[in-house]
Amino acid sequence: MVEPAKPKGSVTIVVFSGDLDKAIASFVIATAAASMGMSVNMFFTFWGLNVIKKEGGLVKGMNWMQKMLNFMNYGHAKKLALSKMNMLGMGPAMLKVMMGQKKVPSLPEFISTARALGVKFYPCEMSMTIMGLTKEDFLDECGDVLGAVSYLAIAKDSDINLFI
Amino acid sequence: MSESSRQLGIHKTIDAKGLSCPMPSVKTALALEQMEVGQVVEIITDDPVSRKDLPVWAQMTGNELVDIKEAADSIRIYIRKG
Repeated sequence: MVEPAKPKGSVTIVVFSGDLDKAIASFVIATAAASMGMSVNMFFTFWGLNVIKKEGGLVKGMNWMQKMLNFMNYGHAKKLALSKMNMLGMGPAMLKVMMGQKKVPSLPEFISTARALGVKFYPCEMSMTIMGLTKEDFLDECGDVLGAVSYLAIAKDSDINLFI
Repeated sequence: MSESSRQLGIHKTIDAKGLSCPMPSVKTALALEQMEVGQVVEIITDDPVSRKDLPVWAQMTGNELVDIKEAADSIRIYIRKG
């Protein structure tokens, strides 16, 4: 629905955090904006890369430090922690139940809704290089791997810019 | 179809009861995409936020808010595709 370049404005969101609550907040804004006909770009960087990682593959990376980091930072849309009250995973489990009762979509549902609405996902090249990750580690829906300059080029022309 | 539905010429009804922000707007957007200009969509919601958000959504997207009918357990919002 967002075929023309800037029909109703645009939103660019940097998702830096890999926390479940912050990821959901990002997707609430992204899907609402897309429903308003705005073009939406989401850049996933650093811990935020976990939001768009595929499931599986505990050990990734080229050297032992990357392997250790990726092992300890293992996560994907169904396995993220809360920024507060995580309580060894009980917090996210309870939040998912509470959201389900209120029929708020789960994060994987939000991701597919966002895709259906034409929201674009970009993994950040620099964080991927540090962590030793490749494009294959991310959901197939992801667009090009972008660097900071490409992000800024898009952010410069966006009406709304968020860093979450 | 009720008398008022016939008057408005409702093309499609979305039952968004139980759904919360932002899904009523998302579902409305997806429904209007499949509709012709001038056709009316009816959204049934029990989300008080939608009572405020959907009129704003209609204004921002160039569609027309036709009517809002509030009942005890639900709100019916009518939007014409612009």
